[in-house]
Amino acid sequence: MAGASGLGTGPGAAGGDGDDSLYPIAVLIDELRNEDVQLRLNSIKKLSTIALALGVERTRSELLPFLTDTIYDEDEVLLALAEQLGNFTGLVGGPDFAHCLLPPLENLATVEETVVRDKAVESLRQISQEHTPVALEAYFVPLVKRLASGDWFTSRTSACGLFSVCYPRASNAVKAEIRQQFRSLCSDDTPMVRRAAASKLGEFAKVLELDSVKSEIVPLFTNLASDEQDSVRLLAVEACVSIAQLLSQDDLETLVMPTLRQAAEDKSWRVRYMVADKFSELQKAMGPKITLNDLIPAFQNLLKDCEAEVRAAAAHKVKELGENLPIEDRETIIMNQILPYIKELVSDTNQHVKSALASVIMGLSTILGKENTIEHLLPLFLAQLKDECPEVRLNIISNLDCVNEVIGIRQLSQSLLPAIVELAEDAKWRVRLAIIEYMPLLAGQLALSEACGQEITTKQMLPIVLKMAGDQVANVRFNVAKSLQKIGPILDTNALQGEVKPVLQKLGQDEDMDVKYFAQEAISVVAQRLRKLDFPVKDSGEPSVPRADKNHFPRPRVPGEDTGKGPVYPLHGDTRDTLAQLEIAELVHFSQSRD
Amino acid sequence: METKLPPASTPTSPSSPGLSPVPPPDKVDGFSRRSLRRARPRRSHSSSQFRYQSNQQELTPLPLLKDVPASELHELLSRKLAQCGVMFDFLDCVADLKGKEVKRAALNELVECVGSTRGVLIEPVYPDIIRMISVNIFRTLPPSENPEFDPEEDEPNLEPSWPHLQLVYEFFLRFLESPDFQPSVAKRYVDQKFVLMLLELFDSEDPREREYLKTILHRVYGKFLGLRAYIRKQCNHIFLRFIYEFEHFNGVAELLEILGSIINGFALPLKTEHKQFLVRVLIPLHSVKSLSVFHAQLAYCVVQFLEKDATLTEHVIRGLLKYWPKTCTQKEVMFLGEMEEILDVIEPSQFVKIQEPLFKQVARCVSSPHFQVAERALYFWNNEYILSLIEDNCHTVLPAVFGTLYQVSKEHWNQTIVSLIYNVLKTFMEMNGKLFDELTASYKLEKQQEQQKAQERQELWQGLEELRLRRLQGTQGAKEAPLQRLTPQSLYPFSCPGAQRETHLPLALPEWLLRTPCPAQLSLGGDEERQWWSWQQNAQPLAAGLDKGKLDQEAAIRDLPLPHKAGLRAAGGLPPSAPGLGQGHSAPRLPLPLPA
Repeated sequence: MAGASGLGTGPGAAGGDGDDSLYPIAVLIDELRNEDVQLRLNSIKKLSTIALALGVERTRSELLPFLTDTIYDEDEVLLALAEQLGNFTGLVGGPDFAHCLLPPLENLATVEETVVRDKAVESLRQISQEHTPVALEAYFVPLVKRLASGDWFTSRTSACGLFSVCYPRASNAVKAEIRQQFRSLCSDDTPMVRRAAASKLGEFAKVLELDSVKSEIVPLFTNLASDEQDSVRLLAVEACVSIAQLLSQDDLETLVMPTLRQAAEDKSWRVRYMVADKFSELQKAMGPKITLNDLIPAFQNLLKDCEAEVRAAAAHKVKELGENLPIEDRETIIMNQILPYIKELVSDTNQHVKSALASVIMGLSTILGKENTIEHLLPLFLAQLKDECPEVRLNIISNLDCVNEVIGIRQLSQSLLPAIVELAEDAKWRVRLAIIEYMPLLAGQLALSEACGQEITTKQMLPIVLKMAGDQVANVRFNVAKSLQKIGPILDTNALQGEVKPVLQKLGQDEDMDVKYFAQEAISVVAQRLRKLDFPVKDSGEPSVPRADKNHFPRPRVPGEDTGKGPVYPLHGDTRDTLAQLEIAELVHFSQSRD
Repeated sequence: METKLPPASTPTSPSSPGLSPVPPPDKVDGFSRRSLRRARPRRSHSSSQFRYQSNQQELTPLPLLKDVPASELHELLSRKLAQCGVMFDFLDCVADLKGKEVKRAALNELVECVGSTRGVLIEPVYPDIIRMISVNIFRTLPPSENPEFDPEEDEPNLEPSWPHLQLVYEFFLRFLESPDFQPSVAKRYVDQKFVLMLLELFDSEDPREREYLKTILHRVYGKFLGLRAYIRKQCNHIFLRFIYEFEHFNGVAELLEILGSIINGFALPLKTEHKQFLVRVLIPLHSVKSLSVFHAQLAYCVVQFLEKDATLTEHVIRGLLKYWPKTCTQKEVMFLGEMEEILDVIEPSQFVKIQEPLFKQVARCVSSPHFQVAERALYFWNNEYILSLIEDNCHTVLPAVFGTLYQVSKEHWNQTIVSLIYNVLKTFMEMNGKLFDELTASYKLEKQQEQQKAQERQELWQGLEELRLRRLQGTQGAKEAPLQRLTPQSLYPFSCPGAQRETHLPLALPEWLLRTPCPAQLSLGGDEERQWWSWQQNAQPLAAGLDKGKLDQEAAIRDLPLPHKAGLRAAGGLPPSAPGLGQGHSAPRLPLPLPA
């Protein structure tokens, strides 16, 4: 429908008006009035087609009045209508007539159902941009005023979202009026309206002149942030980010910080949660000085809040907090002011808190550097790898790679491999799955960074992988096949022929179709490698093409994809290069055979 | 006091026994911000806010109230109230057991005293009492342990400090109910802010707490006339937020229960404010997902309103029809139950106003594949009052439901439903046999008309769509561009309408398609289009005539005859075993003599 909306704007559209009278409006309106809701809905969704058939003039004079009067429909129909009208400017004759769309949308902006109202406001915002400045003051601003002084809270909440779109283009006198209206909505008697105003406060502040921000928005912000309802106060925290971006450091200190400090210690956990949740944004908006003096102490309190929700939200922000600190002293700040709290959170009583921390804690290693990571973070990682909650273990395993880069694979494998070996037998299959998915990466890192990578891989990792081939969960088993395919090039031929191939062949006979499929894929890659190394390949090792199963086919095959009998492409024997080639091995495999 | 944070939690030695820190008189809200700074990890995943005052003096038992002379009674009472304002950590169940016991005993004594002793409640103790209550009950409710808490399925988190909290609530209740209680004095302390915080507590997950709150709020509403409008308004806000913003509030059922009794007491004629509450709050409350938790209370409120003012019936029923559940059958059954409650008290003059849309909805429910919904709807016919209303208006009601009943009687998978429908049809037959026969006869015709309408609709939209496509092309300024490109070739399997119509007509192809002009015709422009339009209008009866044979055939397959009236009577409404297939539409439907 979006495509149709632009139609009427061109001069070509006007010429067709003569034909359109063929469609009697009664017939079309009958469609919009059908007794069956579904049919009514269908018709509304094709409203642009109807408007097109009527032509711009009759759309304005007949269709829109009808739509304005009949808003007592089901919310679903109204929602569709509100959405349609946002793209209707072209169908009523272009920007000069955009104001014709206001009456029906005004009605829709007053209905009870939030989704309908929100959609009507969205459409109104869209249409406001198409108004000429004159039309904006003549039609749009009066509409906003009417909504803002409506009897029922619905119209007033809708009005809150419209101030910021008409303010920048209004004349000074009107601007003052708009500000006045917004002010009164911020102290509305109904909490719903105050919530709407609080949620639009930041957006409105952005379009105001700086003086007005200081003299009018800041007091409003302060009031809303100390509202009797916590649902209003927490929205003020959101607005705080936008307001802070507009003010200078000095103004921030005097105008915003007292309120923010208060919010960080609010008696309602919801407000404190909001501060924790928006912490990174606040940190950026407030700048480094206030961060050090005020936000870090506040953050410490959030990390040890009495509600787990707040602690979890704060724990989530630990990494971002570090990243947003000035480079020169971020290490000291984290080490002295944050790490002690993190250490406590590792043994928190709530698993959501621990899991939130586990999902970001690895990111700190880049900030703290090798020494600190080994000394302070590794013990925490180890503790979390052994955590009773699987979610925590999982989050640590899935993020191991960023620690690799900092402390090197040797250190990592020495300290963490035993724990990983243990986790390969974890009771939770998702943990086992994460382990097997992590193996190729670990092996790859080993091969690239350490001279003895092949040895560690063969001696320590391969046995784990091979053992997991007997896992009872098929997802683990076929990931074993995938892993072996990727690790293969790092291994020497003896291991490939003697250990990997038998396992893969066994998986190739698996009862699960997916396992079979991936095992056979892996066999073909391994076989190629063996052939390339001039290792005699027995016929039995040749993979058979998996038969298409009527009921189950794991993955559509690429047309022309071969199964291992294609031309042998050169691969160098040097292990260090193999991995890089391995990354593209699959691509090469497919594209060559397609030729 | 507010900003100073307790450095350690070790209790100091008892210096002035029994006197404990009490919040300053101006701070009635009882929120103690210090508790937030407490970083001690919680030992259990309990629902209680962690807020006890550390650094507090140890409580020592005071003399019993009954043992002191009357002159010292109030001084002692005040000390006891202060003692009860000390908060304890109930998450740590072994912490400060002695203190807890002292407070419990003091509370018990207060409960006893305020309930039985006359002359205790004198003006100076009011602020102390309200302060003690505020400190204990007002707190920010903790986050729910289970974000998807389902009040019907899950066990609620119980308040750990209940051993004390219960006594405080009990004391509050007895205080309000005491014959000595003077609302004129208390209203200085029980103000709007107090009420607002009381209302917020209704979100507590602990049903025991909500039960107390319900009774207390009810008494407050009864005693403080000046707060009534405010309480109603704040309840509205809670409901509206619940409906449109959060969909989570544990105390909706309790608040509705109070409102039920408030509505009961409304004076007539009803104020606009009250009517607005019904239409804009109570009716939309039906749309909430967790309706089952508070539906009984909600339905009670609605029926209360209708008993007060019958003219609201139309509003209510139309409102319910608007919010009628689309996918949730459990809610649909509840709606049907409420509708029956409303119909039980409906005035015949009101029934006339809504009978048609209402019974169309009832018919839709009867055709629900969920047998409980169908069954619940069919039970309406077991209600004698409803049946009498239907009988009085059978010329409207019957046509509204007949088609659906007729159809469902043959299609429903559930035998109970089928037999219930036969009973209903039987009732109709007895009610007005003539009308019944007419409807039976016109049923087939209506089906045909419906088909025709659907066909016309498709043609209309097809035409509109083509117009749109042509416009699209028009704006591209390429009038001579081949039109075939714009209209999918698959839509026009035949080169020209009618040209090959008789020869091989694919049955699956809708008839309207054949009458759609081919692209060549469309491209001719305005005049031709007008011709096409009129041609199409003319063509319709012709086409209908052409296809009459086919339609008849279809109709015969679709319209399985109804069972014989005699059969119905004999078998108690059970359907016939084998409906006669292939009988022409002229076959007699109900070969029974018309009522003499």
